[in-house]
Amino acid sequence: MSLEQFKNRNVGIHTYKTLDVGTPPNTGMEKFTQVVTRAVKGELFVGLWVVMREMINTLVKGDVHTVKYPFEKMPISPRYRAIHDMLRLLESGNYRCIGCGLCEKICISNCISMDTRYDEEQRKEVSEYTINFGRCIFCGYCAEVCPELAIVHGPRYENASEQRAGYSLFEDMLTPIDKLNLQQEYDGFGAVSPNADENITQTPLAY
Amino acid sequence: MSEVQTVDNMISITIDGTEFKAKEGEFILNAARANDVFIPAICYLTRCSPTLACRICLVEADGKQVYACNAKVKEGMAITVDTPNILEERRAIMEVYDVNHPLQCGVCDKSGECELQNYTLELGVDSQSYMIPDGKRETTDWSSVLHYDSGLCIVCERCTTVCKDMIGDAAITTVKRGGAELDKGYKETMPKDAYSMWNKLQKSIIAPSNGTNFTNCSDCGECIAVCPVGALASVDFVYTSNAWDLKRVPAVAAHSSDGAQIYYEVKPTSIEDRTEKIYRITNEWSYVSLDGSARFAYDFQNTTATKDEEAFKNAINAFKKADTIRFNSMITNEEAFMLQTLKEKMGIKLYNPEVKAFQTFLHHYEAASGNSLWTTDTDAIMKKSDFVISIGAALRNDSPAMKYAFNNVQKLNKGAGFYFHPVGDTLIPTFGKNVQVFNHKVGLEEAALYLVLDLFADKDKLSSEVKDYIESFKNTETKTIKEKKIVTVREMVLNEESGEEEEVSKKVTEMVDKEISVTSNGLVSLLGGDASKFDDVFAKMMKKKEHFSMMLGEDLYYHDKAENIAKLVALVEATCNIDVVMTPPKSNALGVALLCELDDAQSGYTIGYNENGDFRLSALGTGDIDIPAMNQQEGTLTSIAKRVLPTNAAVEYNGYELNDFMKELVDAPALTIDWTVMLPTDKGFKSLEFDTLPNSFSNDGKDNRGYRLETCHVEAQLPEVAECDQSAVLEGEIAYRCNPARQFNDFTDKSHEIFETFSLYASVEKAESLGDKVEVVFENGSITLDVVADAKILGDIVKVPDFKSAQGVYDLFAGSRYQTVTLRKV
Repeated sequence: MSLEQFKNRNVGIHTYKTLDVGTPPNTGMEKFTQVVTRAVKGELFVGLWVVMREMINTLVKGDVHTVKYPFEKMPISPRYRAIHDMLRLLESGNYRCIGCGLCEKICISNCISMDTRYDEEQRKEVSEYTINFGRCIFCGYCAEVCPELAIVHGPRYENASEQRAGYSLFEDMLTPIDKLNLQQEYDGFGAVSPNADENITQTPLAY
Repeated sequence: MSEVQTVDNMISITIDGTEFKAKEGEFILNAARANDVFIPAICYLTRCSPTLACRICLVEADGKQVYACNAKVKEGMAITVDTPNILEERRAIMEVYDVNHPLQCGVCDKSGECELQNYTLELGVDSQSYMIPDGKRETTDWSSVLHYDSGLCIVCERCTTVCKDMIGDAAITTVKRGGAELDKGYKETMPKDAYSMWNKLQKSIIAPSNGTNFTNCSDCGECIAVCPVGALASVDFVYTSNAWDLKRVPAVAAHSSDGAQIYYEVKPTSIEDRTEKIYRITNEWSYVSLDGSARFAYDFQNTTATKDEEAFKNAINAFKKADTIRFNSMITNEEAFMLQTLKEKMGIKLYNPEVKAFQTFLHHYEAASGNSLWTTDTDAIMKKSDFVISIGAALRNDSPAMKYAFNNVQKLNKGAGFYFHPVGDTLIPTFGKNVQVFNHKVGLEEAALYLVLDLFADKDKLSSEVKDYIESFKNTETKTIKEKKIVTVREMVLNEESGEEEEVSKKVTEMVDKEISVTSNGLVSLLGGDASKFDDVFAKMMKKKEHFSMMLGEDLYYHDKAENIAKLVALVEATCNIDVVMTPPKSNALGVALLCELDDAQSGYTIGYNENGDFRLSALGTGDIDIPAMNQQEGTLTSIAKRVLPTNAAVEYNGYELNDFMKELVDAPALTIDWTVMLPTDKGFKSLEFDTLPNSFSNDGKDNRGYRLETCHVEAQLPEVAECDQSAVLEGEIAYRCNPARQFNDFTDKSHEIFETFSLYASVEKAESLGDKVEVVFENGSITLDVVADAKILGDIVKVPDFKSAQGVYDLFAGSRYQTVTLRKV
């Protein structure tokens, strides 16, 4: 192997492509000519016409290209990572979180914290759960690691607040029980892949 | 440990073509582990007998398939860990273990530290070929601390094995489960070992061995420690934390003198309260076994401590005018040495009723034997002894390490044992068939030692007085016994066919009187044994026994004739082939005994260090100024194994510590642990920095924690011993100063998972006759206690606990462990 390529220490330059931008004006006359040609071309009026056209379209035809934020919001990509949602099981309405603690473990900014206990029904119950959004970097690892698709990133992106630390409790993020029918399945980070069924080998069961 | 690995008891074996050294007679698995070779095994526990439940330790030795856990190494043995056939067996076994195992790994308390998970991955089980219908399996609490989820249980029997072979309680066992029958077709298609393992697995489950739903055991929690899956957990720990969230702080169990290795596992208390809390205690269960106090008495920290400057000034003034410091054995070597420094520089007396008697006993023993300390330790006893003698120790209560060693010798070394103690115990005889219990009268411990001399001593070494004294107990009497004798009788019988009379000889058994001379040992009957049967029993016990050891307990230190007993112990060591271990009463008694010059009594203005006094330094948060509890400080503790062990702070402490007073009073270094290097070398300590002390075990179980005290031996004359003083025998109503199994001090009592109450403990019959509450009247005071029936106690002696220092039980007993008392119903 030739070491030639390592000897050129002008890294990058040799891959640049120079654009044909002509020659810059040198004399005073050349400079004057360039200013005049550019000024009297009428481009100013092109811009004024566009504004005029849109104004007419909006006022007369009602054809708007912007949204009335904050009254209107644009739909957001399912892969967008905003404030977390805690989902419920659609059938029973119980929350999906089993308290395994993986999100707490994987969180690289250490902003998730949870307490669990042994409940009366001999199950693991999440007694308290918080995310500190002052520290959260919205990396999506928690949603990706969650084995139950319980914690997901929701579409709520307005995080402005008066102080940096902002804690969200489990109940704040949980789908309200009366809005269970509106709960959306999550398509973003950590969602089940479309061909998941093909990748599963069934375990034999005697019943 | 003390066992020297000489070249002659090492043999060489080859594992997968590499040559290794191994101890002769060792199991293949242990030899491999000692040499860092991995052989998969689930059910085998080092220091316990092989159960053969899991069968995955299958290996090929010299061309034959054997189980590594119960096949012993032989010189030149060639071992192959994996052959295609063995790998197939192992994979089938792991598949079987995975059949119907609940898929709740996400919430399981084992949280990834699971051996079922590990071996499933190790053996690459990625599909399942077997199935069987599953039944409902219940979750139960076996006791106030043991939580059992039978659904997760893989019936490896490690819990039952450790309970029987190590702890001695045998409180749990395998019972019938009534699971579905295996499909007969599997017998042909499955690997053989996997099939038989499954067959057994499907039929059994673990349950308390007393037939009820609750265990009646010492609640040591060792079953929890050894469980490879999440089936066993402590009631308090269930579903509260993942293993990975817990920070492990290596430490030493603070309460008993075992010096057991533990990890405090800490994490923040809750989301609101970020101060760290101890969630549980774990241990290196392959090498140490904990008792209930070590595992469950952990949350005794001083949480309310602050740097109260007013109190600090008062404390300094108190130290300046103090005449005595009263303390106990719950103190590190460093702090004990600080107190000794105060004694030397300020002339303050040191009073410690817990340790004083022990220290005096040690001095007597050293003078008589020339040994600066006892000659063996409990680990060495387990490894090598096959005959143990326990004198003067309430094994179940005083020293868990000695109880475990006594039991382990019976179970693993095919051992035998003598247990000399005035209080009857139902558990000790169950340790083994060859355990002989002597419930002698209080005060006859000397006689017990004379019996040991009689049975084990090299008679040529004994002085003629001792020999004559022992012989004086032997009485030979002639007894008339009836003996069976077969006599041939001839008689004439009429033969019916021929009609003639014939002579026929017949054999008839007759009872004949015979005179024999019987030598009965008066010492045996004096100690409450059956002298007529003793010779036969002892002959049976002595079969194939080679290594003898003797365990001595606290009763001897508080005995009126302690000096003579110490001499007798020295004489036993000098004339018999017996190693001796003594249990330091509680915590760091040995460290205190070595480091402090203790005074006989307290007088004048007294500072109580975790004890009563005019000014009280208390780690319980109840005194005039706070000091850190044992789980909040660094330092070293000295154990029964004569080791100086480093312990670390598990939880936060915000107050003053003894070293702060020292800085003010005399010259002191910056940190408490700066004293470690200054510990006196003439007492056996080494001048090593605290941070250089190691804290681990080797793979072969060798204890490398801290360092072993230097002991010395000077040649000593055989001690002159006095005769057994039978006038000291106590009669009448007797109280015995003895704590329930998991209680040792105020700190165990403070811990929320210890439930044993401060009550009078008596046998069931005695408790019935006493009623609910009694006043125990001593010569110099009295104490009123509830009566608790303990089914494991036999006889009339009642146990009065001493674990609450405020109750002043040591003063009531007035330098003795047994007292005649009056019990008044209240």
